[in-house]
Amino acid sequence: MYTTELGKQPNVKPIGPAEDPALLEAFEARVAADEFIEPKDWMPEAYRRTLVRQISQHAHSEIVGMLPEGNWITRAPSLRRKQILLAKVQDEAGHGLYLYCAAETLGTSREEMIEALHSGKAKYSTIFNYPTLTWADIAAIGWLVDGAAIMNQVPLQRTSYGPYARAMVRVCKEESFHQRQGYEAMTELANGTAAQKRMAQDAFNRWWWPSLMMFGPPDENSPNTAQSMRWRIKRDTNDELRQKFVDITVPQAEYLGLTVPDSALKWNDDKGGYDFGEVDWDEFYAVVRGEGPVARERMTARREAWEQGAWVREAAAAHEAKRRKRAAA
Amino acid sequence: MSDWPLWEVFVRAKGGLAHRHVGSVHAPDAELALRHARDTYTRRQEGVSLWVVASAAIIASDPDQSGELFEPAADKVYRHPTFYDIPDVVKHI
Ligand SMILES: [Fe+2]
Ligand SMILES: [Fe+2]
Repeated sequence: MYTTELGKQPNVKPIGPAEDPALLEAFEARVAADEFIEPKDWMPEAYRRTLVRQISQHAHSEIVGMLPEGNWITRAPSLRRKQILLAKVQDEAGHGLYLYCAAETLGTSREEMIEALHSGKAKYSTIFNYPTLTWADIAAIGWLVDGAAIMNQVPLQRTSYGPYARAMVRVCKEESFHQRQGYEAMTELANGTAAQKRMAQDAFNRWWWPSLMMFGPPDENSPNTAQSMRWRIKRDTNDELRQKFVDITVPQAEYLGLTVPDSALKWNDDKGGYDFGEVDWDEFYAVVRGEGPVARERMTARREAWEQGAWVREAAAAHEAKRRKRAAA
Repeated sequence: MSDWPLWEVFVRAKGGLAHRHVGSVHAPDAELALRHARDTYTRRQEGVSLWVVASAAIIASDPDQSGELFEPAADKVYRHPTFYDIPDVVKHI
């Protein structure tokens, strides 16, 4: 999801001088022993690059993820819901900041990352390129999207790169409220009028499959998973996490009286989990390529926010320069 | 415009505890760094006091020298109380 390798190509070998085999071996041993790697420790270039890509992609997802929900802040159905939504969106901004900082410890700059996002070079989770059409979508996002995020992020608290793991601990602490408020909002709709029930089911229908896509392509099409697992950058495969998510979420939907929009969904006693239908991977890859329903709208909103905030950044810099001059005088 | 300087953020969770490193923020000056640190790291009563320190001002030991620096302590077991055998009959020691 936030962290899946969105490219289909295997990582290319590092260019430049070959790495010292002794250093490499020591590094692999440390990681295999579940030690944490810290910013100033030696690490292979490919490890550094994979992490920069994964952490910045994760950060971008948090930042872009504010847009579909921010869209509903002024239209929340009550003051209580509005306060909750504001707090959640503010949390997501915080998550983005923790993660950008973690990525920066690897030698990339905030400016470079923002630039990569705004130019369309960097990827972010496909889920945020779907529109939020009704209030029920906000409930569905909290429940399903944050639910999938939790599933993905909990194991990352033990990821091998220290700053990333610590950022994840902080994020996970805050994430549970996001999911619970969503489920609560969904419960209200599911127990409401016939129109509200329809709204809940409609939102569920539209968010179910994109949520399953958040875990990334199937394992056989995820060429870098093995390497990332060996380096403890990833702790579970995409399919393992997706299965876990389905198993946990289906009973939650049943409790709400909602129907999972998958005719192939069936409990499988032997595996102790659900069998479920095939995700539409063509749709997934189209969204990865930037063809999601509101992909362009999202990037326009991001760039506008950046440009419209320029005067604030400039004023703060000018203020600091003036103060420094005064102090020197 | 390039990035604002980086500041390391330390939070005292409650009176009696030391400030602990929690992360970092970018800010043009110390005052704004404190405000950003407050918004970013204390949204849920995580602390009663904040420090921000310019990251550039931190001097860190070199991980390549951690052997020379920290390993000598490993063979000085006599610095620990458990190194000494005292008969059970002797109390309060
Ligand atoms: Fe988040
Ligand atoms: Fe969240």
